[in-house]
Amino acid sequence: MKRKAFAAAFPATVPVMLGFIPLGIAFGLLMDAAGFNVLWSFFMSLFVYAGSAQFLGVELLTSMASLGQVAVMTLILNFRHMVYGLSMLEKYRGMGWRKLYMIFSLPDETYALLSSAQVPDDVAPHDYYFAVAVLNQVYWVAGSVIGGLLGTAFAINTQGADFAMTALFTVIAVGQWEGAQSHLPALLGAGAAALSLLLLGPDRFLIPALAAMILLLLAFQGGLDREEAAV
Amino acid sequence: MNPGYTAALIAVMTAVTFLTRALPFLLFDRGKEPPKVVLYLGRVLPPAVMAMLVVYCLRGMDLSSASGWIPQVIGVGAVVLLHKWKHNTLLSIFGGTLLYMALVQAVFV
Repeated sequence: MKRKAFAAAFPATVPVMLGFIPLGIAFGLLMDAAGFNVLWSFFMSLFVYAGSAQFLGVELLTSMASLGQVAVMTLILNFRHMVYGLSMLEKYRGMGWRKLYMIFSLPDETYALLSSAQVPDDVAPHDYYFAVAVLNQVYWVAGSVIGGLLGTAFAINTQGADFAMTALFTVIAVGQWEGAQSHLPALLGAGAAALSLLLLGPDRFLIPALAAMILLLLAFQGGLDREEAAV
Repeated sequence: MNPGYTAALIAVMTAVTFLTRALPFLLFDRGKEPPKVVLYLGRVLPPAVMAMLVVYCLRGMDLSSASGWIPQVIGVGAVVLLHKWKHNTLLSIFGGTLLYMALVQAVFV
């Protein structure tokens, strides 16, 4: 552990800390309300370490989804990370054993910090990247544990607390809607889901909806690519 | 709760998440250009998936009784308005969730 690198990285990670700790608390509370104590929140945040996938995980756990469905959902939800990795290929080259941790530890927020990182002159960039990634995960795990403990300590009436997941996805969707050059992908996603839900019902609609959405997105590839090129 | 199932679910999520993060390093670290379709999906999937997940979260809505859908509609509406107004993620999530909890615990009982 290089203390100097952590001291240099800490100020840059404060915004992530302010976001990750409360969101981690919400996750821990949600897990506790669903009947999974603080240890499960801790392990999930330590090993999975992907915010929106973990919130979805609570839902999948309570509905006892099949592991195949869990795999497909996680794959599609985290597909964006493939693109994050592409822009980190150069940055992580030559990091040795720490590279494995850097690849594991790449949620949206760490990606955002590292892709715009201004590394101070007196710190080696690789030490700085590593410190940012470690600090961010510490915030996330700490928040989850605090949430799990709070949920156990106070017998709050948590009925309706599961809406936090809906709220999280809504917030991300609004942000993406505002930042998108074309609203077509969002409309295709919502449309495929709504139609499939009406046709197949709540228990079986998701996988067909995902398949239809990907096929539609591929069908519109030419049009959407041109549209973006024109902007 | 079934500990074996829970542990298996966490293991699957861990493995798949790590896979999505590691694939670019496994496939393209030698300077190969990634296929256009991968870049395209990486760009258009996030907004499409998020919109789909909002519908997924609301799949349990029941239009046959007022308590089966009004709290959800008000909750999502509040989150959208709060977020459009302040663009503060935590305010939008906690504000919307507390409102929803109040609605299902006290109003639409």
